[in-house]
Amino acid sequence: MTFSPELETKFAKMLESYPPGRTRSAVIPMLMYAQDEVGCISHELIEEVARRCKVTPLQVNEVVGFYSMLHRKPLGKYHVQVCTNISCLLTGGEELYEQAQKKLGIGNKEVTADGQFSLEEVECMGACSWAPAIQINYDFHHNMTAEKLDKLIDGLRKAQ
Amino acid sequence: MLYNEPSPLEVKILTKRFTLPNSQSLDTYLANDGFKAFFKAIEMSPEQIIEELKISALRGRGGAGFPTGLKWSFVPRNSPKPKYVIVNADESEPGTCKDRLLMENDPHQLIEGILIGGRLVDAHKGFIYIRGEFRYLITMMDRAIEEAYKRGYLGKNIQGTGFDFDLYTHTGAGAYECGEETALLDSIEGKRGVPRMKPPFPAVVGAWQSPTLLSNVETFSAVPFIIRDGGAAFAALGTPKNGGTRMICLSGHINKPGVYELPVGFNLLRMIYEVGGGMRNGKKLKAVVPGGSSCPLLKAEECDIPMDFDTLAKIKSMLGSGGTVVLDEDTCMVKFAHRIMKFYAHESCGWCIPCREGTTWLRKMLERFHGGGGQTGDRELIGELSKNMLGRTFCALGDAAAMPTISIVEKWPEDFEAHLNGRACPYEHASEMAMQR
Amino acid sequence: MSDVINLTIDGRAVTAAPGTLIINAAKQVGIEIPSFCYYDGLALQAACRMCLVEVDKTPKLQVACTLPIAEGMVVHTDSPLVREARKGMVEFLLTNHPLDCPVCDKGGECELQDMTFRYGAGESRFQEQKVHVEEQQWSPVVFFDAPRCILCYRCVRICDEGMGMNALGVINRGVHAEIAPNRFDHLECDECGMCIDICPVGALTSGMYRYKTRPWEMHHVGTICTHCSNGCKTTLGVRNNQIIRGNNRDHSGINGEFLCIKGRYAFDFVHSPERLQSPMVRKNGKLEPVSWSEALSTVARKFKEVKARGGKFGVIGSNHASNEENYYLQKFAREGLGTHNIDHHRTGDLPTLLDALSGKTEALATTADLYTRKAILVVASDLSQQHSFLAFQIRANYRHHGAHIYTVTPGPVREQHHAVNSIIAQPGGELAAVESLRDQLKAEAELVILFGDAIKGDAVRKLVAFGDSLGIPVRYVCLLDYSNSRGASDMGLAPNLGPGYQPVADAGLAYDEILAAKDLDVLWVVGANPLKRAAFGSEQAFVVVQEMFLTETAQRADVIFPAASAYEKNGTVTNVCGEVQRLKAGLQVMGTKSDLEIMGLLSKEMGVNIGMWSHEKIFEEIRGKVRGYNVPLSIVATGGAVQTTAVNGRVAGSVRPELIQSAGDTLFTSGSLGRYSKTLSSVVEAPGALYSDRRP
Ligand SMILES: Cc1cc2nc3c(=O)[nH]c(=O)nc-3n(C[C@H](O)[C@H](O)[C@H](O)COP(=O)(O)O)c2cc1C
Ligand code: SF4
Ligand code: FES
Repeated sequence: MTFSPELETKFAKMLESYPPGRTRSAVIPMLMYAQDEVGCISHELIEEVARRCKVTPLQVNEVVGFYSMLHRKPLGKYHVQVCTNISCLLTGGEELYEQAQKKLGIGNKEVTADGQFSLEEVECMGACSWAPAIQINYDFHHNMTAEKLDKLIDGLRKAQ
Repeated sequence: MLYNEPSPLEVKILTKRFTLPNSQSLDTYLANDGFKAFFKAIEMSPEQIIEELKISALRGRGGAGFPTGLKWSFVPRNSPKPKYVIVNADESEPGTCKDRLLMENDPHQLIEGILIGGRLVDAHKGFIYIRGEFRYLITMMDRAIEEAYKRGYLGKNIQGTGFDFDLYTHTGAGAYECGEETALLDSIEGKRGVPRMKPPFPAVVGAWQSPTLLSNVETFSAVPFIIRDGGAAFAALGTPKNGGTRMICLSGHINKPGVYELPVGFNLLRMIYEVGGGMRNGKKLKAVVPGGSSCPLLKAEECDIPMDFDTLAKIKSMLGSGGTVVLDEDTCMVKFAHRIMKFYAHESCGWCIPCREGTTWLRKMLERFHGGGGQTGDRELIGELSKNMLGRTFCALGDAAAMPTISIVEKWPEDFEAHLNGRACPYEHASEMAMQR
Repeated sequence: MSDVINLTIDGRAVTAAPGTLIINAAKQVGIEIPSFCYYDGLALQAACRMCLVEVDKTPKLQVACTLPIAEGMVVHTDSPLVREARKGMVEFLLTNHPLDCPVCDKGGECELQDMTFRYGAGESRFQEQKVHVEEQQWSPVVFFDAPRCILCYRCVRICDEGMGMNALGVINRGVHAEIAPNRFDHLECDECGMCIDICPVGALTSGMYRYKTRPWEMHHVGTICTHCSNGCKTTLGVRNNQIIRGNNRDHSGINGEFLCIKGRYAFDFVHSPERLQSPMVRKNGKLEPVSWSEALSTVARKFKEVKARGGKFGVIGSNHASNEENYYLQKFAREGLGTHNIDHHRTGDLPTLLDALSGKTEALATTADLYTRKAILVVASDLSQQHSFLAFQIRANYRHHGAHIYTVTPGPVREQHHAVNSIIAQPGGELAAVESLRDQLKAEAELVILFGDAIKGDAVRKLVAFGDSLGIPVRYVCLLDYSNSRGASDMGLAPNLGPGYQPVADAGLAYDEILAAKDLDVLWVVGANPLKRAAFGSEQAFVVVQEMFLTETAQRADVIFPAASAYEKNGTVTNVCGEVQRLKAGLQVMGTKSDLEIMGLLSKEMGVNIGMWSHEKIFEEIRGKVRGYNVPLSIVATGGAVQTTAVNGRVAGSVRPELIQSAGDTLFTSGSLGRYSKTLSSVVEAPGALYSDRRP
């Protein structure tokens, strides 16, 4: 497997950054960045990362299921993550999450038929003082309301 | 960038530069005392640096509140092994959102703190472990690091001082447990984020089997001020044994939620009513999560206290990570307890039995209970099971799940009563109201 | 720091060495602290929290399986608080445990059942939904039922630390955390079943055994594995004259907890449908089943006739038969038939080693030495494949004592991963490679050298000379292939060497000569398959074969006697390190007789007297007559192992190196026997390959 030139340079640098012989340290970052590029973590990707970091595929597979941002199945082009943890709960995070389900017509960890959107109820994302908060892919959206959410999603729908 | 209006009551030490134009740039930093502390530290002996830190009464901002000077003195500076500096930027304690501001608005302050730590323990490599959700921060931090390299504040022979230091960011991938320092170490080594046995402590056997200086972002960010203006100046801002200021993350049912830099020991009620602009919709205060979801909750009547580590310990709670969550009278404590437990059950690493099985059992019970399936005796059982976890799990995550639950069970029995015998949650309308805001 | 520490456990004064863990200090005085994840010799986990105890002057309950004792420490292992904590742990554990004990293989042997019985609560307070996951099959021998798993990580550790295989890991998080195999949905490993054996619950179960029986319905017979030369004790679980399970129940053998796929599962050849169960005689070209008396008289007549006219006999003995049988066979040949034309398939040059060591004492290593000696040198063997128990010992030695390991092999081997220095040396280059290690080896305090069949004749003498020149105590292991290869050699299955390597005046024909001889009158093969590799020279020879299966050799036979396997007989065998152990019959297979009984009946039929054919009597004779075998009966008789003392005297007679050749079996082959084991042939790894370190 090969990745985009940018990613290849990033990985080359990454493997350099850890102490000598500690390439295993690159496993998780590599999975994260590779996932962003190829969409999800396939067996093939696991074998590839194992090869690059000089570990066994099992050692890579072990971490995949541990970290909630690593996904074995492809997400939507826009991954909508709604926090319902305490601060968001108190400020309408749950209702926001229900609204997102209605708006997108999908449930937790599901993907829309057209593959454009996926939805996930997530834990505290470190935006508590500007709750309720959501993330679409890596972008934060603070002080959310149902209306703002609808606008955001409509905007993204149009964007295509 | 800033996400909320500053408050006149703030004492701006770490956030001093936040409001300056491109505060994140090296030039802004240099023009405003940047790296003075570093040059000073180069001239100081390790013992002197430790001494200043001890005088400053700086206590770990990650949650545990362990005196930083003491902690940093545990790292064997003369060990033949390489030593590492690791910054805990996993910021995942519910209620907490401060470290990101420090990295976003003043990354070079953090870098200077790291360099001083490196100089202290004779480390030449550092990593900032940033939670995966903060990708934009990783990009910003990488940019700042690159800038520092370009201008000779990182890399070989920094500013002709003869001190070398390399700094990198390392992304997490979504695991609260990786904020726990030893789990973080396993994670940075490319493994599952499962905690390690202590002792040995990370200071002695940390990352890659080497001595490691590991602290929270806010802790590192406080170090430049302490070295530059002296520990005494920092200590003077707080209360005895609780030096300096604290990034307080106010959230929940208040009018002006936000992150505010306040002196340690600032009165909690004043935080809510003066800094935070009081309760939303003029509602009554019901409870406060003082320092992140792991802390036992306080009843309204317990809140007239100075927010420092020792006072909160006295009333059997914790200052924690500065995540102060305010709950009003319309909040269902059963639902709140359930949400907390849902979080810990989701985040339990699964290593030890009591945490793995206990959090899930409690989550299911609380869910059933809130749904009206509660039975007499359940409340007591919830308390008992929490106590069966408390102090018996491998790491503090089990405690973190048990402590708030126990406090809710003991302090708000009436909320449980109200759900008994299939009765629907009496608070159900509350959160809808929130939406009408 | 003083060399003992005094503490108090449950009011009793205890003294133990510094560094001792509370759990072990308590064990010393007979106080059991319950635990799941703690396992002697494996990495500490502190995961199950069953072992929590109260220690005075500490705020929280302490973890007895990781906390070392300290001077003056006061420990309570049975206080109300501790009891309540354990009860809590068991209760937590059971919340997601299926409690399907009535249909679980482990029922009756389950540590979770025992803990619940001892420390658990009467009824469960858990009313919620349990997490359910489907059972998975990982290989023909390994099944995994995740809900039963308590995550003690024993399997993960034994596979990684014990086997050096690292084929098991943990996936997912929290309550969904699960043990997982190295190839996503299946295992590719040694298939040793150690993970199953060590699992305290029924999470890992064996394809051979699952749902077959309840443990208490079997009777358990401890005997010696009949496959490789390492001599592991395997406990056969037998029910209705059927072997249902092989394991090492009481860990009482030299192999402790260890067994490989052969010792644990490859007993199944015993019940193969191809098993010969009636004597056969060739009648007008075809082998016909006949009665024992007919078969015996046919052979006896022929033997007498050929003996009478001074015809030529050739006798080939077995690498699997017991010492008694091989001793009796050579006696039969030499005294009964008056021939020294006797030999066996030699898989290593033991005689030369013994000769080279003559005059030395304590120069032969025991299996225990491999775990205790400070340095180990492996020459020309893929130990993990060919001698998996010896490899396990060395791995444990490395793990526990940091033993220095050196390897000189023609290709990659697993031992390399722990080695101080590994050299890949092509055949012929071994000694040069060993020589290049001289300085490193000189610096060692002591050394054990194991060498394979590539080192024979002069090379053996050179190797020993090298050992001598190091100026440190050196012990040797001459690696041999099969369960009693060592015994066959010791018992005198050789044309020029009698029992105990006594020189024979007029040496007979050797293995290859017997097979090649055009004028052979009788070929008598007892438990061997020479015609698998060699062609048979003599057209007219009358061939008598004692066998379990219709092997290449048996197919050429004029008379076949259906023989019992090692698992169906009593006697003794000697392993690669010269350790004598007892075979104990676990069952009988209809229509078969042990080779000893067959030979006894033959001698009777022939009217020659070679002495009584009871294995006890013959072992007595062996102890008296065979050099080195005067071992304490009591130990052997009670299932223990004793190393024979080295011959320690010249071993006369030349050895022909070209006769010496290992069959090169892997973990998944076992000479002619392997193919009759369904298990061995069904695993995906089979047949496997040497020098291709298969670690994932
Ligand atoms: C379950 C758990 C989660 C934690 N999460 C964080 C975190 O997100 N960020 C952090 O700085 N410390 C976290 N901590 C505290 C760290 O273990 C450690 O005490 C701290 O990073 C040390 O830095 P300090 O001395 O500056 O506080 C967590 C601890 C536990 C037990
Ligand atoms: S499968 Fe067995 S041995 Fe492995 S972790 Fe689970 S319970 Fe322990
Ligand atoms: S609780 Fe939602 S971001 Fe923290």
